[in-house]
Amino acid sequence: MDATLTLVVDGRPTTLTVDTRTTVLDALREHLDATSPKKGCDHGQCGSCTVLCNGRRVLACLSLAVAHDGDEITTAEGLAPEGERHAVQVAFLEADAYQCGYCTPGQICSAVGMLDEAAAGHPSAVSGDVAAPPTLDRTEIAERMSGNLCRCAAYVNIVTAIERVHAGETAR
Amino acid sequence: MTLTPDAMGRALPRIEGGQKVAGTARYAFEHPVVGPLYLHPVQSTIARGRVTAIDTSTAEALDGVVAVLTHENAPRLADTSDAEFAVLQDDTVAFRGQYVAAVLAERSETAREAAELVEVTYDQQDHHVELDEDSPDLYAPDVVNPSFETDETVGDPEAALESAPVTVRQTYTTAMTHNNPMEPHTTVATWDAEDGRLTLFESTQGVSAVRTAVAGVLGLETGSVDVISPHVGGGFGSKGTPHANTVLAALAARAVPGRPVKYALTRQQMFDLVGYRTPTIQHVTLGAEADGRLTAIVHDVVEQTARFKEFAEQTAVYSRSMYATQNRRTSHRLVPLDVGVPSWMRAPGEAPGSFAAEVAMDELAVATGIDPVELRIRNEPAVSPASGLPFSSRHLVDCLRRGADRFAWRLRDPRPRARLVDGWWIGTGVAASSYPTNSMPGSSAVIRFHVDPSLDPALGAAGRYEVEIAAADIGTGARTVLTQIAADALGVRPETVHVAIGDTALPPATTAGGSSGTASWGATIADAADRFRDKWGDDPSDGAQADGSMPDNPYSGRYAMSAYGAHFAEVAVHADTGEVRVPRMLGVFAAGRILNPDTARSQLLGGMTMGLSMALHEESVLDPRSGHVINHDLANYHVTAHADVGVMEAEWIDEEDPYVNPMGCKGIGEIGIVGAAAAIANAAHHATGVRMRSVPMTLDDFVV
Repeated sequence: MDATLTLVVDGRPTTLTVDTRTTVLDALREHLDATSPKKGCDHGQCGSCTVLCNGRRVLACLSLAVAHDGDEITTAEGLAPEGERHAVQVAFLEADAYQCGYCTPGQICSAVGMLDEAAAGHPSAVSGDVAAPPTLDRTEIAERMSGNLCRCAAYVNIVTAIERVHAGETAR
Repeated sequence: MTLTPDAMGRALPRIEGGQKVAGTARYAFEHPVVGPLYLHPVQSTIARGRVTAIDTSTAEALDGVVAVLTHENAPRLADTSDAEFAVLQDDTVAFRGQYVAAVLAERSETAREAAELVEVTYDQQDHHVELDEDSPDLYAPDVVNPSFETDETVGDPEAALESAPVTVRQTYTTAMTHNNPMEPHTTVATWDAEDGRLTLFESTQGVSAVRTAVAGVLGLETGSVDVISPHVGGGFGSKGTPHANTVLAALAARAVPGRPVKYALTRQQMFDLVGYRTPTIQHVTLGAEADGRLTAIVHDVVEQTARFKEFAEQTAVYSRSMYATQNRRTSHRLVPLDVGVPSWMRAPGEAPGSFAAEVAMDELAVATGIDPVELRIRNEPAVSPASGLPFSSRHLVDCLRRGADRFAWRLRDPRPRARLVDGWWIGTGVAASSYPTNSMPGSSAVIRFHVDPSLDPALGAAGRYEVEIAAADIGTGARTVLTQIAADALGVRPETVHVAIGDTALPPATTAGGSSGTASWGATIADAADRFRDKWGDDPSDGAQADGSMPDNPYSGRYAMSAYGAHFAEVAVHADTGEVRVPRMLGVFAAGRILNPDTARSQLLGGMTMGLSMALHEESVLDPRSGHVINHDLANYHVTAHADVGVMEAEWIDEEDPYVNPMGCKGIGEIGIVGAAAAIANAAHHATGVRMRSVPMTLDDFVV
């Protein structure tokens, strides 16, 4: 069974017809040639497919496209419109926070979403006082980024990159 | 030939970095193709037997299904001498998860649905999938990976052990583990029947090796297969050699000429079909004088292979060259099982072998009452214990001393189970590390010069240098480091050099494996640059060109060449729950000239993290009833995540080695994992007093 829907991908509204079983990830990658989100596990276990959906980080492989009609999807590519890189992307480059690059777009979208969550006061499993505004130290950042696996294990540098963005050391 | 470093040694940012952070670097599945078909395989649900019937009618009736391939209708292969590549050629089932059919459909969702509808009937036979060192099938392979002697005896180890004042005799085990690069193994195959050409967009550590293998299997001229792989989402060995999935995609493409066939393994299939590290059972006996000097090392290994194809991990080889002793025995025995074939996984041999050898050294330190850093220093050999050759360079002792200093080792109280802080037992441990400095023959390269008036005059060049070599960058930074090498070899700025890799349209190159890539491709580029400058001088004309090939190393066979390192780890074990954490890791390495400190540090940290993962997390659980890895996904097979990593640092000794290659560099892709798990196990013992002889170590090991 097919369904027709509209996704606003990196600011561009696109109407497409897909199998109702098609995930947002496959809609992006196979129907819209938006291959910045990656498929690492297709089960929401690795985080490589992380995109921002209406500003919040979601796993595109666990989201059915038909459930996202009209939604705004931002990929890592969309974070750098016309080559103007997002501060998180700049920080990743400066900290060598990636190796093979496959998990990287997901890490970056996740970091952007995570920084917004922390700014909005969301606690994590390692937050001491869940009512207090979170302090984003390395432990907090690592905890909040743990849904994004990196087999090359750029973890140390990823946390450093995010720490620098949070501290305002990386200009947009 | 020795290059003078200028670009080499600098932290040149990764050339493809901008594409990687935007996600616009195209990996194998992402190359635009017109009118693709999606492949989804059917895998055997038995571990041994025969397919007696396959009913594909329901699957074929599904709208959008183009073909269902089985052994009854799949194209015949020209060469099935490598049993792993004999895909859909007969009714034999050799392991659980083997391909028994494949669906091609217009949509991926349809292909998957149809694959579920294929009905396979089997004649199931008894299988054996459990590694048992008492198996009657145990045998000695002819050689171990890639071509080391299976067994080796020096002196009289048994007599030496008889008379040794101190002995350590223990058995160590390591788990079956899977490479799990983040990008699944992927092929997009298109068969052009008119021109007789096969094009593969492939995720691989070596396009040239894939071309040769696939051409041979399909009976094509080597030049009729194009393999394109500009970006690779990790490999860690599993993409170092093609596996059945590539053959399946190529075979399927031949069945549907003109239609690109897209096949990326699911994460679950990654546990069945593309290799893994064998579990190991390692018997280690050390004999020593009271002062800790080794009089004998015995390292006997039992591991598994597939019954249908042999892979023999060189696990005991580590013990042949690490420490000085007059008496030594090392051996490897294999148990053939009805399982998928093991293969390369980051530092095959050294990673599991160093776990046993370096934990045994820690046990010897405890038995003799000698500090474990000092014990290793006392057993430092003057020449290679394996070959008797002098070392081209060996700075293990410097690594140990520097690491001990940085880790405040002198303040360490040697008593185990002596520090309980806030409910956590805390301890520290050390282990040494080594990895051979490999170079592979067979690469070639072309350098071309193009005048470019638009170049910034400050770069001091009239044009750009195109360097072509079919090398691979699997995340190592090879594209960047080769640019640095080419710049120094040509005597120009790296901004004027463009290195093209990852395509069989370029001159052939060896595979990224055995930490040999930079050394082999770099020496090849240096040779081409040498010829270029001989031919054209430093002011070449437009279109100037020269090619080169991997030169013989005149020092090979005259010096023993390896990189060395020392790992220091702090471990915390929760006194009540047994939870194990690694708050601190430090690796100090001596690996020749570090060509790019940023990419090198990343690789070393990556290796150390994979060692942490090996120590605490990774274990593929094979169900003996089904032959199936039951935890076959990234939720149940945990690889180290962000929150598992504490403070982790990698640094190095500045080491000059004029013998290894023109760059003076040693491979660094694998040494980071070697010894890391042992350092953690040794720290866990120091923390708790519980000796860890098996990895992964989990909380139940500590709750006694």
